[in-house]
Amino acid sequence: MATTTSVSTATIRSPRRGSIGWFTEQSLHGMARRRALLGYLFILPTMLSILLFTAGPVIASFGLSFFQWNVIDDPVWLGLDNYRQLVNDERALQSFVTTAKFVVLALSLQIVVSLLLALGVQSLKSNGLRFFFRTAFFLPLLTSAASISIVLAYMFNQDFGVINYYLGKIGIGPVPWLNSAGWALITIVLAYVWQQVGFTFIVFTGGLAGINKEILEAADLDGATGFRRLWDITLPMLSPTLLFVGVTGVIAALQVFSEPFVMTNGGPGDATRTVVMVLYESAFSFLMIGYGSAIAVVLFTFILIVTAIQFRLSHRWVFYQ
Amino acid sequence: MASLTTASARSVVSEPHHRRRFGFGKIVTVLLLAAASVVMLAPIVYTISTSLRSPMESFTLPPKWIPTDPNWENYRTVFDTVPLKQFFLNSTVVTFCIVIGQLITAALAGYAFARLEFPGRSILFWLVLSTLMIPLQATIIPVFVLISKWHLSDTLASLILPALASAFGTFLMRQYFLQIPSDFEEAALLDGASQWEIFRSIYLPLAKGGLAVLAILTFNGYWNEFLRPLIFLSSQEKFTLPVGLVSLQGYMGTGSISVVLAGVLVSLIPVLIIYLIGQRYLVEGLMVGGLKG
Repeated sequence: MATTTSVSTATIRSPRRGSIGWFTEQSLHGMARRRALLGYLFILPTMLSILLFTAGPVIASFGLSFFQWNVIDDPVWLGLDNYRQLVNDERALQSFVTTAKFVVLALSLQIVVSLLLALGVQSLKSNGLRFFFRTAFFLPLLTSAASISIVLAYMFNQDFGVINYYLGKIGIGPVPWLNSAGWALITIVLAYVWQQVGFTFIVFTGGLAGINKEILEAADLDGATGFRRLWDITLPMLSPTLLFVGVTGVIAALQVFSEPFVMTNGGPGDATRTVVMVLYESAFSFLMIGYGSAIAVVLFTFILIVTAIQFRLSHRWVFYQ
Repeated sequence: MASLTTASARSVVSEPHHRRRFGFGKIVTVLLLAAASVVMLAPIVYTISTSLRSPMESFTLPPKWIPTDPNWENYRTVFDTVPLKQFFLNSTVVTFCIVIGQLITAALAGYAFARLEFPGRSILFWLVLSTLMIPLQATIIPVFVLISKWHLSDTLASLILPALASAFGTFLMRQYFLQIPSDFEEAALLDGASQWEIFRSIYLPLAKGGLAVLAILTFNGYWNEFLRPLIFLSSQEKFTLPVGLVSLQGYMGTGSISVVLAGVLVSLIPVLIIYLIGQRYLVEGLMVGGLKG
């Protein structure tokens, strides 16, 4: 399409440069060649970087998972032994269960809270209030998960934390937020959702703004209000946004690391040890490069499977306007 | 026009009905949102107020939310006794290089995929896109090996080099270049402009918004990044802020949280400034991309 337009312009245009071979040729071919060459030059840095640091390493991770290697000595071929070891490794298996629990709890809390916040803010008339709430909900997203986890760990401290202080005032507690196996995962979920909720809030705000106003008004006239309107009209209209939030949310939550690393270091016991923590310890603390790679491959496979399932099921409930 | 009048007629009809039913609901909504924003802001306010208490009284309860007797000493202490200045400098160097690198590589590649024709363009673009969903954990072990083999372990370059280009940046910039009409190019060709001039002086300035979105998202992501610096860096004088602050938490023990929190707050300031300058772009970028750091 663009080539046909450049034919006319190239022939109209008077020759400007001297001819040193095919490259400077003032013709359709010369022009197309220059464009193509420029195209390759332009994508070269990005393609090199992606091949060297993303595409190559994914394949290498897969390859390394069949070896035993500590970076220094020569790698030893193990075949599937790393995967066999993984299936029998109680601690690693537990980390997959913990991570799965975390994903379900964190994502459902995040979606419900951010959707309610987005609906609430959308119903406001005052621009000033909208701006204030949007900024307040968004601010945690700007912080570093690791640094803010230091702060949250102090606030959730059982003995001198502010949260238990206020709960004590109303006769609750002291809650062992980070000290009991049962509570620690919930605390990690709360910390994670506190930080991430602003993202889904913004995405839902965008999704709600995209819903056709006339449909909502028609629903109003038909007497559909409150919860019925939300369930029968708003949510179906929001389903593409929900799919997006679901897919990105699962991928992000499966990779949770900073919060448990800083707040509990995986404890008490192994109660908050996530997959990425076990991967980190295996590969970088114990230099079990092959075993760590096997965990990485399994995690990546889970991410691909969950994403595929979500897209597969989406045609049943996602409704495009 | 017709639909406009019917719409306003409708709202006039339903207005009094609404007001009676939702007057109370509106107040409850605002109160609930206000409660939510208290929860969302509390950790940040807690960081500010506790960082201004003396180390001795930083544990005492009740917490003092409004510092009546601010102790600015903590800020001197973090800069004097712990290498916070060094962490800050390291974070600045790493983030700055990555942002500049990504702006250049993404602008070039995004333009090529949007506007230049070359054999294999769609296959190569598909290849770039397919790497978008690859998580950091699936690549970090081989990249760590590569970094060690190149003798870059424990250098800032180990963080910068692998992050100079990204599939997300390429995708984002391509979207921006696609939105610009191609008439500009034809006019410029008639004036005898070269392909490079067309890119540099016509299309690049028109894609400023995309560059701003990319700069802000990249800044936010890499300034706050934790896993890669934790793995690639080992000596304290190379640490970036998040890793440095977490190392302080252990090193300082629980003796002086106010000093650690002063460090946390210092690390927050550049992000807040960037947010104030470019919040429009940040929000827009999050809507487009949905990627986080």
